[in-house]
Amino acid sequence: MADENWVTVAKRSAINPGDVLGVTLGEREIALYDLDGAIYATDNLCTHAFALLSQGWLDGEIIECPLHGGRFEVKTGKGLGPPINDDLKTYPVRVVGEDIQVKLD
Amino acid sequence: MNVAARHILIVGAGHAGGVAAATLRQTGFTGAITLIGGEAHPPYERPPLSKELLAGAIPVEKTYLRPLAFYTENGIAFRPGETAVAIDRAAQRVELANGDTVPYDALLLTLGARARRLALPGADHPRVLYLRDIVDSLALREHLNTGARIAVIGAGFIGLEAAAVARKHGAAVTVLEVQREPLQRVCAPEIGRFMATLHRRNGVNLRTGVAVVAIEEKGGALEIRTADGETVAADIVLAGIGAQPNVELAHAAGLAVEDGIVTDEFGRTSDPNVFAAGDVTRHFNPLLGRKLRLEAWQNAQNQAMAVAKVMAGGDRPHAEVPWFWTDQYDVNLQIAGAPKRWDDLVWRGGPDDKAFTVFAMQDGKPVAATTMNNGREMRPAREMIARGRAVDPARLADAKVKLQDLARET
Ligand SMILES: Cc1cc2nc3c(=O)[nH]c(=O)nc-3n(C[C@H](O)[C@H](O)[C@H](O)COP(=O)(O)OP(=O)(O)OC[C@H]3O[C@@H](n4cnc5c(N)ncnc54)[C@H](O)[C@@H]3O)c2cc1C
Ligand code: FES
Repeated sequence: MADENWVTVAKRSAINPGDVLGVTLGEREIALYDLDGAIYATDNLCTHAFALLSQGWLDGEIIECPLHGGRFEVKTGKGLGPPINDDLKTYPVRVVGEDIQVKLD
Repeated sequence: MNVAARHILIVGAGHAGGVAAATLRQTGFTGAITLIGGEAHPPYERPPLSKELLAGAIPVEKTYLRPLAFYTENGIAFRPGETAVAIDRAAQRVELANGDTVPYDALLLTLGARARRLALPGADHPRVLYLRDIVDSLALREHLNTGARIAVIGAGFIGLEAAAVARKHGAAVTVLEVQREPLQRVCAPEIGRFMATLHRRNGVNLRTGVAVVAIEEKGGALEIRTADGETVAADIVLAGIGAQPNVELAHAAGLAVEDGIVTDEFGRTSDPNVFAAGDVTRHFNPLLGRKLRLEAWQNAQNQAMAVAKVMAGGDRPHAEVPWFWTDQYDVNLQIAGAPKRWDDLVWRGGPDDKAFTVFAMQDGKPVAATTMNNGREMRPAREMIARGRAVDPARLADAKVKLQDLARET
C-alpha cells in the first residue's frame, strides 16, 4: 500500500511563497514551507529546545528558529551550526488537487 | 595575526570553553588542546538550568554542548574537576589545585562568572540557595513542590525564570526586588512592568522597592526581614542578585581587569599569549564603540568562536549586537542591543497583544529591540540596530509593514 502514509495536512491555498505554516497531526508538529511555489515539509519542533520553527524566520531556503537563532536548510533539514547539533527531519510532500499531502513514516 | 600555537590551554570548561575547543578543531587547528574545568560535567549550556532542567523536563545530558566522547574523539584533553589556582605568565604555565602544572603556548581564559552572594545576616543559612550550575539547579528542583514557600530575592532573569518554574510546580512564590521594576538592569521600565504583570497574573507575590535586610530561622521556617520592617516566611530562599566575573586568577597574574578581563575585539588580553572569552570578559565591541561585559548565551557562543579562530591564526574581530533571551511561562522575551540611554520607544503592537516588538530609539535610530513571542522579528531588528540608520517611526510602529522590508530599505 504505497499510498498508505500520505496524509492531507493543509489546503494548497493556505500558504504563499516565502511563508511557513505550522500544522499539528496528532502528536506530530510539522512545518510546511513554500519556496518559490514548491512545498517542503520538516518537523516543526527545533532540534535544540522547544520552539516551533513556523514562528521563525524563513530566509530564502533557510529557516531560522525564533528562540535562539538556530538555522536549518529547509530542503534537507541540515542544521547549520551552533546551537544546533542535530539535523531536522524532513518529509516527502505532494500536492493533490487542492490539498498538500505529507508522507509520514 | 598571532602564529598558531602548538599547545592551546583553555581554562574554564563552561559554554565558552567548550565552544572554543570545538571551534579550534573545526577550523583545522592541529596542535594540542587541553581543556580544564572546575566542574564534574563536560561543557554545557546554562539557560536550561533555570528553565527545562529545573522543571525536570530534560535530563542533565541534554544541556551538554557535546557528548563527553566528543572531546577524546577530537583529540581534546578534557580534564574535568580540576581547578586552576595560578597563572605563571613568564613561564607560560598554569598551576592546578592538585599541584600539577600545565604549560601552554597560548592560554584562553573562559572562567565565566559566579552568582553574587547575599551579604546580610543569615545569608549563610543552608536553605539560602543560588543558581549558577547543574548542582544548584538539581538542588533547587528538590524544593519545588506544591505548597512549598519560596522567596526569591532579586527580580532579574534567573530569579524570575525560577519563579515561573516554581509556580508551575505549585509552589507559593514571593519575589522581593529592591528596584521599582523587575529587570531594571537590562530593560526599559515598560518591559519590566509587562513582566511584573505576567508574574502577578501567574500568582507570584511580586514586591518591588523592597530591600531585604536579614534572614533568620524561626520554628523551622525562614523569616526574611525587609528594611520597612515587614517579614516574609519561606521554606527556602533563592538569591538571584546578579553575577560576578571570575577574574581573580587573571588579576593575580597581572592582566588588565576592570569588572571583567579586559580584551579587545579579538579576545586579546594585555598579554599577547593570553586570550579570554565569555562572561569573564570586558571586551571591546566595535559596533557599539565601547567595552562591555555581557552575561549571555550569544556572547559565550559567538565570542568564543571568534576568539578561537583568532587563536588558530584568523584575523576577524567579534562584532555583534548583544542579544539575550529569557523564557518565562509562555513568554519568550528577546532583547537586542545594550544602549546606555534612549529617547523614546516605538511599539509594534502593545503589551496586551499576543506578540509585540518594541524598539528603543535614539536620534531616530533603533538602538535596542525587545520581542515578546515575536522571535521572527529579531533577526531583522538586529540588522537594523547593527546598521544604525534612521527609520521612520510611523512605519516602524505599523505592524503591517514587514520588518524584513524595513530592514532592507534602511
Ligand atoms: C541559570 C542561568 C540561566 C541562564 N539563562 C540564559 C538565557 O536564557 N539566555 C541567555 O542568553 N543567557 C542565559 N544565561 C547566561 C549564559 O548561560 C552565560 O552567559 C554563559 O554560561 C557564559 O558562559 P561562559 O563559558 O563564559 O561561563 P560559564 O558557563 O560560567 O563557564 C565558566 C566555567 O569555568 C569554570 N571555572 C571558573 N574558574 C575556574 C578555575 N579557576 N579553574 C577551572 N575552572 C574554572 C567554572 O566552573 C565554569 O564551569 C543563563 C545563565 C544562568 C546561570
Ligand atoms: S530552540 Fe531552536 S535554536 Fe534553540
